[in-house]
Amino acid sequence: MGAGHAHPLHLDRPSVVHRLPPEVKILATLLFTIVVVLTPREEFLAFAGFALLLAAVAVLARVPLGWLAKRASIELPFVLLAVALPFAGHGERIGWLGMSLSVDGLYGAWNIVAKGTLGVVASLLLAASTTMRDLILGLDRLRVPSVFTQIATFMLRYLDILAEDARRMRIARLSRGYDPRFLWQVKAFAVSVGSLFLRAYERGERVYLAMVSRGYDGRLPRPEAGGATAGQWAQSAALPAAAVAIALTAALR
Amino acid sequence: MDTVAMHIANGIVNGPVSAVFAAFAAAALAFCVWRARADLDDRLAPMAGLVAAFIFAVQMLNFQVLPGVSGHLLGGTLAVILVGPWVGALCVSTVLIVQCLLFADGGLTAIGLNITNMALLGTAAGYLLVAALLRILPKTPAGLGVTAFAASVVSVVIASQGFVAEYWLGGTTQLSLPAIAGTMAGVHTLIGIGEGLIAATTVMTVARVRPDLVYALRRFRKVPVAEPVPVGGGAA
Repeated sequence: MGAGHAHPLHLDRPSVVHRLPPEVKILATLLFTIVVVLTPREEFLAFAGFALLLAAVAVLARVPLGWLAKRASIELPFVLLAVALPFAGHGERIGWLGMSLSVDGLYGAWNIVAKGTLGVVASLLLAASTTMRDLILGLDRLRVPSVFTQIATFMLRYLDILAEDARRMRIARLSRGYDPRFLWQVKAFAVSVGSLFLRAYERGERVYLAMVSRGYDGRLPRPEAGGATAGQWAQSAALPAAAVAIALTAALR
Repeated sequence: MDTVAMHIANGIVNGPVSAVFAAFAAAALAFCVWRARADLDDRLAPMAGLVAAFIFAVQMLNFQVLPGVSGHLLGGTLAVILVGPWVGALCVSTVLIVQCLLFADGGLTAIGLNITNMALLGTAAGYLLVAALLRILPKTPAGLGVTAFAASVVSVVIASQGFVAEYWLGGTTQLSLPAIAGTMAGVHTLIGIGEGLIAATTVMTVARVRPDLVYALRRFRKVPVAEPVPVGGGAA
């Protein structure tokens, strides 16, 4: 993979959102999601407002709406749960097209679909506009304990190597006529997972020794300083602030 | 199981319960960091990062369950057997956090719930069972394989029941709990069996080649690593 550790959901675009420092984007996404989750589910207009906010961010970040819609399908299992709710829910029921639906279940389904979708789209926008390395740098600047940011850094650095190793083993299996169709043919796969672990662990030990001999003492040097400016915090605060305003207007109306 | 999210999304469980579990997960992870340092000291970050990458890579590999249906490994029990409960829980949590931030899998506000279920509950159940079973079963690759299979099934089902408990505490809709518990247990037993078969074969492979790397077997090693014998006098 290229510089900056791209990942499958990263969309490299020159946009205002992409240029924002990662920590402000992470915090804005988190606050926005919290506001969405705390908004009572009866406030339909508020959710429309949240969707408009996200659409505005998507336009600013030059992320196509179709791309978002396709990637958002990751929450499909929960949408299926939501579809089942009106039938399985308790309490007062209403008839619709000859079906008996639970009112609480309908609200519940709406709750899951609305909050789930808004959350997934917000996370997708963050992922689309931030590289892996920036994301970890952002977490580090947000004072996430360094154990985690370090583990995550190593994980992301090793990930491509291990994925390549796994790919080579798969090609080796295929070229020896491995063509599994059923779960009970999984033995060769599992044996290669085992040898993948061995290769990985032994590589890890080598890398660790190489690091120790270069002066590693349990922590990595902090990346160059230079966090977000007040202006950048203000820019990204616009999203959660607007969400709070929408939620309050809806609740006090 | 291919592109399907297994992680709880936003809005399934209400805010206060999510916050409580986030605090709980943070406290439990702090404890895991402390214990993991005892296992790995300054090797913690490189080795745990590697195991996390291994879990992540393993989750990207799909295997055929039936024609047209493929699944992937969750890797919690595998990690616990290979690197121990503390490092294992840390690695699974890191994977969950990165998946939530970079792959939009699992809600940001539900991260505490997901970590509690999969990284804490699942690995704890898996490890307790591994520790108990290895007392009875022979400490051979075959015994370890049986242990890994049983622990995988139990750990996956218990993690799924963690969701049921959280839903009971703060579900946003009234549902009959026995129904959810039954469905979740049924689906996850099937997932657990697939997981168990692979975890068993994997740890058996590792146990045959490098038994010293299998954390779960460390306590039972009969011959300790040879101490360097001082040259010359001193031997009683």
